Amino acid sequence: MDKKISVKVCLGTTCFVMGSANLQELIEMVPAKYGDKVEVSGVPCLGLCSIDWEFSKAPYVKVDDDVIKEATVEKVLKAIDDKLAANG
Amino acid sequence: MAINTPKQTSHLKREILVRLIRAFLSDNFEERTRMIPYDMRPKGHEVPYRCCIYKERAILRDRTVAGLGLSIEETEDYAELSDLASQALERKEPEQKPLTVLTTACKGCVPARIYVTDLCQGCVARPCVNTCKFGAISVKNGKSVIDPEKCKNCGMCAQVCPYQAIQRIIVPCENACPVGAINKGEDGYAKIDFDKCISCGKCVAACPFGAVHEKNQIIDVLKHIKAGKKVIAMVAPAIMGQLPCTPGQLKEAIHMLGFKEVYEVAQGADVTTTTEAAEFVERLEHGAEFMTTSCCAGYNELVDKHIPEMKPFRSDTKTPMYYTAEIVKKEHPDAITVFFSPCVAKRREALQNPKVDYVLNYEEVGAWMIALGIQVGECEEREFKVEASAEARNYAVIGGVAKAVQTQLPEEIPAHPVIIDGLTKQSIRDLKKYAKTGLCELGNLIEVMCCEGGCLGGNATVNAYKPALKQLTAYVNESKSLVSGAEPTQK
Repeated sequence: MDKKISVKVCLGTTCFVMGSANLQELIEMVPAKYGDKVEVSGVPCLGLCSIDWEFSKAPYVKVDDDVIKEATVEKVLKAIDDKLAANG
Repeated sequence: MAINTPKQTSHLKREILVRLIRAFLSDNFEERTRMIPYDMRPKGHEVPYRCCIYKERAILRDRTVAGLGLSIEETEDYAELSDLASQALERKEPEQKPLTVLTTACKGCVPARIYVTDLCQGCVARPCVNTCKFGAISVKNGKSVIDPEKCKNCGMCAQVCPYQAIQRIIVPCENACPVGAINKGEDGYAKIDFDKCISCGKCVAACPFGAVHEKNQIIDVLKHIKAGKKVIAMVAPAIMGQLPCTPGQLKEAIHMLGFKEVYEVAQGADVTTTTEAAEFVERLEHGAEFMTTSCCAGYNELVDKHIPEMKPFRSDTKTPMYYTAEIVKKEHPDAITVFFSPCVAKRREALQNPKVDYVLNYEEVGAWMIALGIQVGECEEREFKVEASAEARNYAVIGGVAKAVQTQLPEEIPAHPVIIDGLTKQSIRDLKKYAKTGLCELGNLIEVMCCEGGCLGGNATVNAYKPALKQLTAYVNESKSLVSGAEPTQK
């Protein structure tokens, strides 16, 4: 069995206010869509927003080690699909 | 549910608020404010939305003007943001009109009308021609054509077309406004008629170009806090579902912003509940057929401006904000009070209440926390001094007010609640009918909420509706109910 893909939705204050509030649906949607191939969770601040002015690129989501800026549900699902395809 | 769908326009507005707050907290507010459009669109930056970088900067400049709490309508185009920033600092009180339209951002949408698309097959049945009561449709060159002189925009033809080839073109702001207060002016750009506007904020949420802005009051509040004034926060019940933290952590976070004390408006809601229940009993004993609630500011403005005949049926009980402000000013006569609001309408209510000095919406509160780098989820817990009831904390949820009032009624005078879940053209027609006839066949206690979903669906909320509801409900469930904790009912 391959290693699971890990999806971390940042729920720190900045990401939450700048839009990850609307990404919370991923936490229910991803397991329903991908079963146990993908692990998803809402996590405390990933620290990406505090670098200089990078708050304007929030919300952030991490798919394994890849950082998705200005994340949307669609962007995250596409990143998961790409990973799954690459893992074969 | 389609409430609070994610929008890039909200992202832009919030980004500007964060930048404005950081500018204020810096040692050069005016200059940092002047630079906001250039910081957001520096030389060579991509142009994501508009025709060119200059247009984007012009719109960001106007968004910053609204963020400063000023009217675009009353500001000269040549005014520098740095001068406007000073002007905002000198202001003694917020402006009367809570909204402003950015003509720069307004698309000047094509006028609302009925339009025959290329999908029209020029069929033999021609239900469009036959249905039109005004003789506005004819078939030319194998395609239906609408005569704009005769068309009354009734939309019957669109309903009967077997190919769905006829569409209604809408102007989103006009379409969203339940009282016809925003319309395209002669120049084609949206304008608000403030004699009609009920400050519901539906146009703010509806415009896909983000052309309608609330006038923010964040600078005024920051100014008082910087001056060391005793500024007290009054947080509306809906806030408990808004940020990723517990209510106790939220209280601590608000103290970190510089507020000296934080009151739950649910405390005032408890007064509203008992007063409104007593009023309901009295009214029904005197033969009234029904009573409506009176805690939604948007609804109150609707009644005052558009349904005066409803006034005798609207409860005279004051809003939770009113009672909370009364408590705060009694305990701290020297305090500056700031109401934390999910919507625009409370700004209007606050302007009419000398005990509420300012209103911040949840976008402003969230932006402030970002600007200070406060991680709400890592804050210490800080308890509220007065514990409000579960029913009061549930006021933000649709049906919550009626539910609370019901707990306080004697058995012999039961309420049959009717819930108006959001003001629309249709629900306003219903309310007018109840007021005219003095009768509501569906029940006797009408709870009216301007926003769909109640206050959690307010235009200036930050959390999505479902998780907000879940979070708030968890708080309500751990709170003391009026029913189990109350004195035995007097008979």
